[in-house]
Amino acid sequence: VSDVTQQGQAPSAIAGMSYRDMESSIEVAHLEHPEHDELLTLNLGPHHPATHGVLRVITTLEGEVVRDIRPVIGYVHTGIEKNCEDKPYWKVIPLVERMDYLSYYFNAFAYCGAVETLLDLEVPKRAQYLRVIHMELNRIASHLLWLATGGLDLGAMSVFWYGWKERDSILDLFEMSSGQRMHPRYFQVGGVAEDIPSGWAKKVREFTAQFPKRVDQLEDLINSNQIVLSRMRGVGAVDADSLLELGVTGPLLRAAGNPWDLRKAAPYSSYEDFQFKIPVGTVGDHYDRFRVRMAEMRESTKIVEQALDALPEGEYITSNRKYALPPRHELATSMEALIHHFKLVTEGFRVPPGEAYFPCESPRGELACFVRADGSSKPARVHMRDPSFVNLQALRPMVQDTYIADLIVALAMLDPILGGIDR
Amino acid sequence: MPDATGLELIAQELRDRDADSVLETLHFRGKASVTVAPESIRETLEHLRGKGFKFLASLHGVDYFPEEPRFGVQYELLDMYEVDRITVKLRVPLAAPTVPTVVDRWPTADHQEREVYDMFGVVFEGHPDMRRILMPEDYEGHPQRRDFPLGGEAILFTHNEPRNPGWWQQ
Repeated sequence: VSDVTQQGQAPSAIAGMSYRDMESSIEVAHLEHPEHDELLTLNLGPHHPATHGVLRVITTLEGEVVRDIRPVIGYVHTGIEKNCEDKPYWKVIPLVERMDYLSYYFNAFAYCGAVETLLDLEVPKRAQYLRVIHMELNRIASHLLWLATGGLDLGAMSVFWYGWKERDSILDLFEMSSGQRMHPRYFQVGGVAEDIPSGWAKKVREFTAQFPKRVDQLEDLINSNQIVLSRMRGVGAVDADSLLELGVTGPLLRAAGNPWDLRKAAPYSSYEDFQFKIPVGTVGDHYDRFRVRMAEMRESTKIVEQALDALPEGEYITSNRKYALPPRHELATSMEALIHHFKLVTEGFRVPPGEAYFPCESPRGELACFVRADGSSKPARVHMRDPSFVNLQALRPMVQDTYIADLIVALAMLDPILGGIDR
Repeated sequence: MPDATGLELIAQELRDRDADSVLETLHFRGKASVTVAPESIRETLEHLRGKGFKFLASLHGVDYFPEEPRFGVQYELLDMYEVDRITVKLRVPLAAPTVPTVVDRWPTADHQEREVYDMFGVVFEGHPDMRRILMPEDYEGHPQRRDFPLGGEAILFTHNEPRNPGWWQQ
C-alpha cells in the first residue's frame, strides 16, 4: 500500500510553467563556439564533498550535459574480507561492522545470521526482538544522516543541522544499551551481548513518541524549499525493470514502484510479528526516493514501538554454552562454565563445514553475508554483498543526458556509503 | 527455497538440456544449490531465468585452496514472485581460471565480476571492461587467494620510509 502521495505542483515563478520548462526555454543556440560540440572529460572526486566519501566519478560532458560517467572506487579498500579469514568467528563481528559504517547493526546481523545458519543455532525470541529494535533505530539513524548530508548537497542547510541532531539522540540510545555510539559489537552469534539496561525502554519510547513530529518538520523543510523540489521532481527517473536488471534493491527500487522488501517478503528475526507498511513511489524520480525514505522512517518508528510493547521475557542470548559465553557469576562455581569460557575466548567455537548466504534488508537494500566454513574456528571466506556496491551501477542510467548539477542530486539520492562499496 | 525434490527436478531439467552440465546438487540448511560445469553457466542461468529466477542477487568468488579445481564462483539467484533462492556454483582450476561472462544478460554482474577478477584472478571471458576494481591498477597478485599472505603491505606514506625523504622541499 502506497504511503507516498504526490503533492500538487509547487507554485512557480511563471504561472503554468515548471522550473524545467523555464530552464529549457532559454535559448543557447547563439553561443556558437569552435569547441561547443566537443566532449569534455571532467574528473569529480575522490575529494569532493558531494561524493560522500572518496568516490571518484569520471564524467564525459557535452557542454553542461552528462553523456557518460565512469565510477572509480577502491580508495578506502581496507581488505576487511581478507582480515576476517584470520580471526575467530566471534572476532569477525567488529570487523564487518566497519564495512557500511552507517548500518553497523545490519552488517553484524547479516554475519551473525550466516554463522547461525551454519551452526543451525536457535536465537531466543527476546534477542530477536532486541535485534529488531536496534536495527530499526539504526535504519532511522542511517536515513537521517542521508537526509542531512543529501539536503546539504542540495543547498538545504537547515535539514543538515536538524537531521544530525535527531540522529545524535539515537546514538545516545545506542550508547546506553550497548556501550558504544557506533560499531557497538552488540549482536553476537546466538543473540545479543547484554540485556537492555533498565530505563532504556522508557527513553526509546520518549524518542519514538516525538519522532514522527520531527519527521514531519524535516519533511516540511524540504517540501517548502522550491529550489530543492525543482532539483528533485521529475529528475533521474529510472524504471523498475532497469533497476532490477542492475541488481538495485532497497528504497531506490521501492521508489520506482516495486514493493520488494525482505522484511515482508521473507521475514527474518521475527519481522512477521509486526504490523508495518512498505512505502512505494509512483514515478521513480529523486523526489519519490526522498518520500519513500521519509515514510520508511515513520514505519520503522512503528516497528520499534511494537517490539517494545511485545518484548518477550527470557534469555537474550542462546543458552548453548558451546557458542555463547557463560554468565560471569557461573565461572566462580562451575568447572564446565570455566572450560567453556576458556575455549571460547582462546580458540573460539568451531563451525561445521558448509556455505551460507544470509540476506537482510539494510537501509540501502539487500545486504547479505556469505560465509564459508571449513570446520576450523576461523571462517574460510566472508563476503558481504553490499547494496551500495551494486546500487552504484544505477548511477549511470540516472544521470545520463542530464545536467551535471543533477549528477550531484543523483549521488545524494543514491546514498552510497563508500565504506560498504570498498570494504 | 526449492526443497530437495524441487532441486532434483531442476537439476534433471538442466541435465536433459545438456547431459554434462550438472556436476552436483546440494540441499544444505534449507538452501538449494547446484554445481554446474563452467562452460554451461550462461545456459544454466538462462534456463533458471525462464523458471522465474529473474534477479541475480549476488555474484561472489571463493577460494577452495588446497582443493582442486580451486576457485569457485557463485551466482545467487532470486525469484521475487515465489520468494525463492537458488545458488549456482562453478569451479575452475588455477591453471585455467576462465569463466564465460554473464554481464550482457545480467548487467548487475559488471562490478561483481570485476571484483572476483580483482580478488581471485578469475578471468571472465567476454566482459567488456575486465580491469581491477578495488585494488590499484598496477597491483600485483590477487589478495583474496588463500595463499596470499596477510599483512606486510608496503604503503607509501612517509612514516614507512627508513628516513625522512624530504621530497616536498625540492
